[in-house]
Amino acid sequence: MKLRRDVFQAIADPTRRAIISLLAINAMTPTAIAENFDYSRQTISKHIQILTECEILEQEQKGREIYYQLNPHGMREIAEFIEPFRKHWDDQFNKLEQVMKSHQSKQ
Amino acid sequence: MEQKTKVHAENGPQEITVTRTFDLPVELLFKAYTKPELVEQWMGNTVIKLENKPHGSYRFEKKDSNGQVVFSAHGTIHDLKENQLITRTFEMDNAGFPAQLEFLEFGSIDDSKSHLNIKMVFRSVEDRDNMLKLPFAYGLNMAHSQLQTIMEKLKQ
Repeated sequence: MKLRRDVFQAIADPTRRAIISLLAINAMTPTAIAENFDYSRQTISKHIQILTECEILEQEQKGREIYYQLNPHGMREIAEFIEPFRKHWDDQFNKLEQVMKSHQSKQ
Repeated sequence: MEQKTKVHAENGPQEITVTRTFDLPVELLFKAYTKPELVEQWMGNTVIKLENKPHGSYRFEKKDSNGQVVFSAHGTIHDLKENQLITRTFEMDNAGFPAQLEFLEFGSIDDSKSHLNIKMVFRSVEDRDNMLKLPFAYGLNMAHSQLQTIMEKLKQ
């Protein structure tokens, strides 16, 4: 079976979003990540695996331990995907503000 | 610099939340959504119908300079509470997107500032992601038609 993974699958789950927030501060081992949750180690491993497949996380071997850290390219992909949409709304709302301010001063 | 308009697509698998703070009292912000002549000015669409009441409906469209309809959208207003809330559906015509559910929450910050929180709920994650990709094309079209209008004015 071919896995279909994209960045939005990575952030669709609250536990995975919590993992991303944790790793935004510093790189952590799977054990250290799992200690922050009440879920089984296996559940957390599965989430880490999905995040890695989505290229949101990357591994780094330090001595005998594997550390996970955020992949800046993956995170940027999410931000860039949303940006045109945000820009569209920002332009519309700026216009709204402008229209209503002139409406207000006319009254 | 902190952005005035924020978009959160991670809140739920098939939702998008758009938030914005305005330098406007909440009454004016709400009016911008309910007075057809004002909606037309900031959205750049023609308001064909806008019934601001529970179980009302609305329809917007946009024509190019040749009178050809380039964008039309419609929906029903499920609920409306003045200066507080509009719950409505939204669907574009002939765009291949299913209807989406929208919760527009208006709030007052002080006498001159207000807050708008729009939560859009889509049929599926795929529909949401397609909607996020849309302004690329849509935004370009808007810019082009605006440019065209300006150029045509210059020609006169």
